[in-house]
Formats: sequence, C-alpha cells, structure tokens
Amino acid sequence: MKYPLRVVSVERSLFEGEVEFMIANGAEGELGILARHAPLMTILKPGALRIQETYGGAEQVLFVGGGFLEVLPERVTVLADVAEHADEISLEAAEEARRRAQEKLAGTLTAAEETEFQNALANAEARLRLARARRG
Amino acid sequence: MPAFRDIVRRIDSIKNTQKITKAMQVVAATRLRRAQAAVQATRPYADKMVEVLQTVSERATEYKHPFLIRREGKRAVMILVTTDKGLAGAVNVNNIRAATRYMSQNFPEQQRYVTLGRKGRDFLLRYHRDVIAEVSNMPDRPSQAQVLPAVTVALEEYTRGNVDAVLLCYAKWISTIRQEPTVRVLIPAEIPARERQETGPRADYIYEPDPESVLDGLLPRYVETQVFQAVLENKASEYSAKMIAMQNATNAAGDLIDSLTLYANKVRQAGITTELMEIVSGSEAQQSAS
Repeated sequence: MKYPLRVVSVERSLFEGEVEFMIANGAEGELGILARHAPLMTILKPGALRIQETYGGAEQVLFVGGGFLEVLPERVTVLADVAEHADEISLEAAEEARRRAQEKLAGTLTAAEETEFQNALANAEARLRLARARRG
Repeated sequence: MPAFRDIVRRIDSIKNTQKITKAMQVVAATRLRRAQAAVQATRPYADKMVEVLQTVSERATEYKHPFLIRREGKRAVMILVTTDKGLAGAVNVNNIRAATRYMSQNFPEQQRYVTLGRKGRDFLLRYHRDVIAEVSNMPDRPSQAQVLPAVTVALEEYTRGNVDAVLLCYAKWISTIRQEPTVRVLIPAEIPARERQETGPRADYIYEPDPESVLDGLLPRYVETQVFQAVLENKASEYSAKMIAMQNATNAAGDLIDSLTLYANKVRQAGITTELMEIVSGSEAQQSAS
C-alpha cells in the first residue's frame, strides 16, 4: 500500500510522490514508515533518508542534515534543514568540513560554539558515511 | 559657441553610457527571473512548516514556548534587509526609512539592528545606530547557511532577555514596477490561523522525543525561514527596481543624445554660414579693388 511522501528543504523540494516504505534517522533511532503508520512527529538527526517506491525494491537515498518528520494518516512530510541527493555529495567537501569542525572542537570554545561545531561534525560525518556507502 | 567636435565627443560619451545602462537593464531582467524562481522554490517548505506548526501548537496547548509569549517592554532588534549594490532606485532608502521609523515609533527605549546587505549596514553605522550583527556581499542565490548566523544573533538577544521583540524589514515584491517596504514582527511569533477547518477528529501524535522539544526545534526554524524568504524576495525587488532605474537611464540618455545632435547640427551649419560669408565678402573685396 502506498502513501504520499514529500521531502522539502528550505531551498528546494527534493522528492514528491507515492511510496510504500521509507527509513529515516529519528531522534530516538532509525524508524521505518509504512502506510497507516500511527500519527507521529519527530525530530530527525543528520543521516540518510531511504525511500522505496515499492517495498524492498529500488532505493532512493537522500542526505538529510537534521529536520522534522511528520506522519499523518493521509500523508508524510519531511522538513529538512539541509538535504541533497546522495550522488550530489562531494566527498572532498565533506572531508574538508569534517576536518574543519574537528580543528575547531580541539580549541577552547563557548557552549554555543561547542554545540554548533558538534552539529557541523555530525553533519559532515553522516554525509561521508552515506557517500562512501554509495561508492562502496 | 562650443566647437562642433566637442559636442560630437560628448554625444559619443553619452552613447557609451547608454550602452552600459542598456546592458545593466538586460542583466537585471534575467537576474530578476532567477530571483523569482528562488523565491518560488522556498514556498513548499514554508507552507509545510506553517502547517506542521499549526498542528503541533493545537496539540501542545499547555506548553508555551518563549517565542510565543508577548513581552511588554519597548526594546527591539530589527533585522534589516537591503541590497549590497546601488543603482537600484529607491528600494534601500525606502527600507531603511520604514525600519527606522517603525523602530522609533514602537520601540523608543532601545533599538538594535541586524543588517543583511551592505547598504543598510553602511547607513546605520553612519548614523551611529547599534548594529549587533551583519552579513553583506551575499551572492545572487544565497544559501540559508549564509543568512543564519545573523539571525541566530538576533534570536539569542531575545532569549537572553535583552530585547522584547524581533522585527524584520524587507522590500516586498508586488510587481515589476512596485515594491513595498514591509515590516513584520517575527517574535512574539504568530502562527497564522488555519484557513479551513479539517473535518473529522484527528488521532493524537506520537512525539519523539516530546512535544516541547519538537516545538523548541520548529519555532527557531520558522523564524529563520521567514528571514531567508525575505532575503530572496528583497533580491527580486532589487532587480525589479534596478531594471526600471536602468530603463529610465537609457531613455534619458536617448533624449540627451537627440537634443545634442540637433545642437551639433546647428553649430555645424552656423560654422558653414560664417565661412561662406567670409569667402563671399573676401572675393567681393578683391573684385572691387581690381
């Protein structure tokens, strides 16, 4: 059974269509959404968003750098802070971002900066994992 | 009377200027189309965001996020969006005037500014206003990451209790020939009311981790999105205004060329007439002498 899914980031809309299954990286761990899932609202952590138009079939992988997932009886929405298709990720850029975040974290920081760079680091690492897995 | 050559030289220089303004007009028109597309691209996210916020706030009624609480004080921080470059008609002047006027009318006690765009920053600094953060030289299609730091500063001021409201001023794009400076209250935030009532009872959400954290995460995003949209819309307004300004400049140059050409011809003819008269009177003088 299919349900309508929409993935939007601030800068553009990344996916819109009927799907059977998706897996997201929620605040409390990975979760898979099938049709008729109970209404749910969760914060997403940086990571992959896997979309299967038919259950067990070909997978579309998106990178989501944090955001929100809303599951309603009639539709599912992903509001991504930043998002890109997995094959758009540049390994070099992600590597560079990770290096920069690590460098910053090594120095002395205020609490706000600490969280900011922790987020940046988590983002970069999630991107790298995803890009590596794709290139395998 | 100026020499004929001098006038021709002036016409040539105006023709060059006209070529430049014409080119700038064409460039602005293309950029305007691109800026409008960028504004359109943010719509789905913003609309969804509002929808989700409505649902969440309907369900988490007992929890009041600080961004939703109205404070009585008269201190505010204004996020002022302007352009980086000039030659864009009255867009910047209008924005700055609307922003400063609104601030002094409604928040006389303390006024702080966050500027997005060089023009606004330069103006406010010249008049010794309190600018606490600024972003300038943004590209034509800025990403949210570029706008974010400045917005965060404004939100922090509010969270710390240093200000009682956060405002936003930008040029709303109405049509190619009309842009309106618009002031909006970002905090205390108002979630727009639902347009239509959804029918039937709705099952309650499962919140992960809990409604409070979700609302805590959503509200700052909501504010950030509004600012980001304003930046993009201001870009569209900038290019509209620039297009019109450059069109006017091209027309004015054309008029100037026409009248100068007329004048140049008159000078040339006057010159010929004088010369002829000299030749005729010269030869007549010779004839009468012989």
